[in-house]
Amino acid sequence: MPTQFEVNGRAVEVEVEPRMSLADCLRHELHLTGTHVGCEHGVCGACTVLIDGEAVRACLTLAVQVEGRKVVTVEGLSSEAALSPLQASFRRHNALQCGFCTPGMITTAHALLSEEPDCDADRVREVLSGNICRCTGYIPIVEAVLDARAAYKNGGK
Amino acid sequence: MAQPLRKPAADKKRYVGSSIERIEDLRFLRGKGTYVDDVILEQDVLHAVILRSPVAHGRIRGIDASAARKIEGVHAIITAEDIIASCGAVPLIPIRLHPIPVLEPYKQPVIASDKVRHVGEPVAVIVAVSAAIAEDAMNAIELDIESLPVAADVASAVAKKDGALLFEGTDSNAPLTYTAKKGDADAVFAGAPYTRRERFEVQRITAMTMEPRGLMAVWDTATGTLMVYGAAKVPFFNRGAVAQMLGMEKDAVTLIENDVGGSFGARGEFYTEDFLIPFAARHLGRAVKWIEDRRENLLSMNQARECDADIEIACDRDGIILAFRGTMNYDLGAYPRTNGLVAPRNLTQFVCGPYRVTNIDLSCRCVFTNKTGSGTFRAPGRFESNFFGERLVDMAAQDLGLDPVEMRRKNVLTERDMPWALPTISPSIVPNTSDTSCDSGDYRNTLDRCVQDFGWAKKRELQGKLIDGRYHGIGFGCFIEGGASGPRENARLRLDKDGRVTVSVGSTGVGQGLETVLLQIAADALDMPMDDIRLLHGSTNLLREGWGSYHSRSTVMGGSAILNGAENLKAMIRDKAAALLGCSAAEVHVAGGEAVSPKGNAVSFAQIAETAHIEVDGTFASHHHTYAYGAAAAHVAVDPGTGGVELIDYLVVEDVGRAINPLTVHGQVIGGTVQGLGGVFLEHLVYDSEGQLLTGSLADYLVPTATDYPQVRAVTLEQYPSPLNPLGAKGAGEGGTIVVGGVIANALANALSSLRVQPNVMPLSPMRVWQMVDGARRKSA
Repeated sequence: MPTQFEVNGRAVEVEVEPRMSLADCLRHELHLTGTHVGCEHGVCGACTVLIDGEAVRACLTLAVQVEGRKVVTVEGLSSEAALSPLQASFRRHNALQCGFCTPGMITTAHALLSEEPDCDADRVREVLSGNICRCTGYIPIVEAVLDARAAYKNGGK
Repeated sequence: MAQPLRKPAADKKRYVGSSIERIEDLRFLRGKGTYVDDVILEQDVLHAVILRSPVAHGRIRGIDASAARKIEGVHAIITAEDIIASCGAVPLIPIRLHPIPVLEPYKQPVIASDKVRHVGEPVAVIVAVSAAIAEDAMNAIELDIESLPVAADVASAVAKKDGALLFEGTDSNAPLTYTAKKGDADAVFAGAPYTRRERFEVQRITAMTMEPRGLMAVWDTATGTLMVYGAAKVPFFNRGAVAQMLGMEKDAVTLIENDVGGSFGARGEFYTEDFLIPFAARHLGRAVKWIEDRRENLLSMNQARECDADIEIACDRDGIILAFRGTMNYDLGAYPRTNGLVAPRNLTQFVCGPYRVTNIDLSCRCVFTNKTGSGTFRAPGRFESNFFGERLVDMAAQDLGLDPVEMRRKNVLTERDMPWALPTISPSIVPNTSDTSCDSGDYRNTLDRCVQDFGWAKKRELQGKLIDGRYHGIGFGCFIEGGASGPRENARLRLDKDGRVTVSVGSTGVGQGLETVLLQIAADALDMPMDDIRLLHGSTNLLREGWGSYHSRSTVMGGSAILNGAENLKAMIRDKAAALLGCSAAEVHVAGGEAVSPKGNAVSFAQIAETAHIEVDGTFASHHHTYAYGAAAAHVAVDPGTGGVELIDYLVVEDVGRAINPLTVHGQVIGGTVQGLGGVFLEHLVYDSEGQLLTGSLADYLVPTATDYPQVRAVTLEQYPSPLNPLGAKGAGEGGTIVVGGVIANALANALSSLRVQPNVMPLSPMRVWQMVDGARRKSA
């Protein structure tokens, strides 16, 4: 069925089967392959995207459910010119290795810091506990998110 | 052409040893990585799914795919029959490491033809226009399998319970026993003043790479060639294997290494699908993609660690370790696969750990059971052996009234012991060219540093204390980490027309930061900026032969091959530049992307590249292993009411010889430690007595999350470079994992010392810890 929504600020219309997940739609119909699929049952968090600003599992969301809504993926939080402050912080802290969980970490952390730029380490850990990373042991990821808070204060991002 | 009077090259920038931010991150952070499922072809791609056996042991009576074939969009349903028709027989998966001849009859067929031996074994491949339609078709296939008696554990398999024999034509499910020998252990035990014998167990776990496996095979009918995307770890070996199975020339098959979402030893080995997907592509003359789902991953990726031990230690009254002896079993699952023997082999050799033990007699029986086959997972056999050995050392120290750190200090290897021969392993492949002697170090340096930085003396006061309802304990352990296995790695360096250098290397990137680390090495060796060098790796179209990344080898082997190639490249540049500059080659100085004559005349690399094609090979061969080493300490608090254990502090200190990039080495140690903690506390592939996996999702198979272990510290030392390679580096990707089991179990034992319990069985889950506490209290009541 035809489905219209906005992705990274761009209006799109796709023809999808009702059973197609948003993750598959983004990856295979719209070629936004930054959204990764790690478990397809909502546990690993690699597919996390923002829907109207909220961090949501794209593997547990059907594409037809986002009709008329605003979706932001990791590509939408990136620019070719420079890493965002959050991305630069991840790099500085060596908060990624294989990179497969990273898009989900970035989208989740961005949603958190946009709402709670003053969050503490416990809060960061709590929110990121829905995203599995198998490489880093999380410690550098938490440091990176805490270090990026300044960029989100005063309404900046 | 020569430009006069150029200034000498600017201050030489040293990349090696600097915490350079990773090159890879620039694409990963933007979602621009290209993992196998991200590869986009111009042609239409078909999708494959795999029908897997629902039973652990059975005989296939029939596969009825008539209804499935009628579904619109289905292109093929491939079974063993099709493969036999094309290849003459069902190909068998080669044993890549330690191909001991006695295991020939136990090799895994690429698809089940007559029997299935574990739940998840491939029975048919369904190819359709989409993965969804392929799955619809898969569900329409009727499988008729006659159940056979199941050997789901070592005891049943050894006893051939109910007649359960996995392989017809053999008489045993346990055909191979490794032994490790040194000195005369029995004679020492006969007269030893102190001995202690204990039983241990480690549970079955899996690597759970974040990216599930996947392959895309493209058959080119016009040229009769095959291109396979999604290779990892060992593409060159895998290319040889699939070419042989398909009856093709090696050169007609290309394996492309894309970005890889973690290997940890498990991803990238040659699996059944590494044949089945290329076969499907050739069968249909099309491009065929298969992306594993997580349930498949838990059912079919190599499993690891499951073993038990009955071993003893002998010491003198001063705590000098005299001998180890005992027997162990390793549960390989249904097949040896490509590298299932690495773990039992290592387990047998490394119980002695980093200690000066001269009498050893250990054996490990390799047992086939009706579970998914096993293979290497970060620290294979090393985690298990360290857990056993470190527990015995701690128990001996306690029995002898010695401080566990002091006892270790007396026994660890020192500089004057080097090189130190480990016990001799048998059987070994012929000819056995690997030298496993410890190469360099004074193992007291990491021990002392760990004691100091952890604050052992102060924290020791907490030992066994009950504070606010929780028992506190601290634990200690030491380890060695073998790395850098041979035989060789290759590199190829080319001077490009733009004056940049392209480095191709046989090592593979599996998420460890290979590109950054090898570029650092290349940039220093060529005396030019990292930005002016491109690094390509892994794919089989880059080099004639390569080996890959396993056994913590890529930095040492790939890096040393690049050093050799850089020398060759500079020599050729000097040759060509000499003619342009009017001096002898020996007089030319190469640095900063240019060649300079004694008079100060210079030609740029770009100018030199205009005059000649400059491309050279580099190689590094070694039959010696490196040994990074270290010590770790943990502080835990145990809630006796719930069995929950909080890790309050953890420190690991490792001497890696030479840290090419301290930032990434640190990341390896911390990440490896937390991954190891998952195996200590959480992870468990639970099978029932019928061989059914009960933990087939990430809701059941628990891995560490961000809230679990926030307190892990690591210190990297570089006091003893390896004498075995020009970098002085040692493999360092697994140390964090190796030591964590023994240290945590020792801390837990110390916390619960008033209850006199011994945590000798992993995982140390809340249930098990609570049962230990409860059992001890009932006994004393």
